[in-house]
Amino acid sequence: MNEILAVAGVVIKELYRRKDFYVLFILTVLICAIMGSVNIFNDNQIIRYLKELCLLLIWISSLVIAITTTARQIPAEREQRTLLPLLAKPLSRTRLILGKFFGCWIVCGLALICFYAFFGALAASREHQWPLLNYSQAAFLHWMALGAIIALALLGSLVFAAPSSNATICFAFVVAIMCLGRYLDLVALSLHEPSRSILYAIYFAIPHLEIPFELRNLIIHDWPLVGWTFLGLEALYLLAYTAFFLVAACLVFRRKAVN
Amino acid sequence: MIKNVMSPILDIQNLRVEFPTRDGKSPIKVVVRNLTLSVNAGEVFGFLGPNGAGKTTTMNVMLGFVNATAGDILLFGTSVRLPIARQRIGYLPEMTYYYKFLTAEELLRFYARLFRIPRAEAARRIDWALKLVDLEDARRRLIKTYSKGMQQRVGLAQALINNPDLLILDEPTSGLDPLGRMKVRQIIQRLKDDGKTVFFASHELGEVETVCDRVAILHEGELRAEGRVKDLVAQHQCNLEQVFLRVIGCQN
Repeated sequence: MNEILAVAGVVIKELYRRKDFYVLFILTVLICAIMGSVNIFNDNQIIRYLKELCLLLIWISSLVIAITTTARQIPAEREQRTLLPLLAKPLSRTRLILGKFFGCWIVCGLALICFYAFFGALAASREHQWPLLNYSQAAFLHWMALGAIIALALLGSLVFAAPSSNATICFAFVVAIMCLGRYLDLVALSLHEPSRSILYAIYFAIPHLEIPFELRNLIIHDWPLVGWTFLGLEALYLLAYTAFFLVAACLVFRRKAVN
Repeated sequence: MIKNVMSPILDIQNLRVEFPTRDGKSPIKVVVRNLTLSVNAGEVFGFLGPNGAGKTTTMNVMLGFVNATAGDILLFGTSVRLPIARQRIGYLPEMTYYYKFLTAEELLRFYARLFRIPRAEAARRIDWALKLVDLEDARRRLIKTYSKGMQQRVGLAQALINNPDLLILDEPTSGLDPLGRMKVRQIIQRLKDDGKTVFFASHELGEVETVCDRVAILHEGELRAEGRVKDLVAQHQCNLEQVFLRVIGCQN
């Protein structure tokens, strides 16, 4: 565990010494502050649109941070040749992968705390209320979804040679799931065999990230809390995908020659 | 003490490494052929050969980066296939650019954690290693501000953080100016005086002749010569560079 935490510590240091997070955070704050300062159509419910926009920006920013940070971890170690002294230490490849994963996941968690704190302040400035439990549920599942996405990007970084191609593919994959994932079964119904079975198989195989994404409606429309059992099961579902991608990444990395 | 000096720290046994070729002309390329050699405790051992001779591949197997096709390498009697075999070694790869966003002190602390060195002991070793490589004044500067020579020296410091019994150096003076080379040479000399075992690959034959006790010359994956530097020089009645050229067939 000590080695995993040491590797994760370096990832965290890298993130807070780079400018990626600060740029995205300031951009989100600026857009939301500008949007919040104008009262379009004198609509009293305009805060809902503002909250929706802010949460969308938070999701986009967190995806950018998670995918770009993770996609460059192993390729950068290879390119700079720091992978060599690292693996020459008594550090197994599995622990290196786990260290990188936890580093990226913790960083995303810290970034989410900042983003949701800003969101809470923005919403409270208009609505004068702090539905903390709703925020906690949405942020928690958001973080769990990022875990699966980070593990996927880590696996991609071992399969694709260039970090940019990996990041693009991961981003397209995740956005496609969020936008279209829930409709695949409906599309499958209208198809003939074998396309129907293939699409059904894809529907059941992909991680349904649209559920945590849609949970943001809890705080946009002030819906009641979701059940804690559902929340726990959804977290377990996302953790299972995270574990699957991590195991695949470890197996791929173990077979790769480092030279 | 005598027993320690005589026992092999590094034992390469009938090592054979094959890689699949990409040109499709032949199915495999043999990079190392039945290499057998050993290095004893306290020796400075030079591993020589022209580019493509198989030196780096042998080192890669030694460090567990590449699997051997046949044969094995034992470090302190343990197969290199097990990560624990690397507990007592230090490794300096050729031309590495360490994490730019860390300071030298943070980098060494990170590597010390990988060896599970207690915090107080790690602090003591960091002080010692930075003093040895003459980087005390720059210890809190980000590595991205370092010159090439300083980067190579921080690399040497990381290789020494676990106080290794065997130091593996791949072209430690590559790309350094004469002053940088002299500093690295002095460090190797000091390590030798401290009784450390050093195994290094280099093209700087003058340097090898100065610091090495024994050398092995590899060519096209085969061991062509092995022995004490003094003996090889006396046998061929010329300096090590000429011995090297003769052995690889470039000079009569």
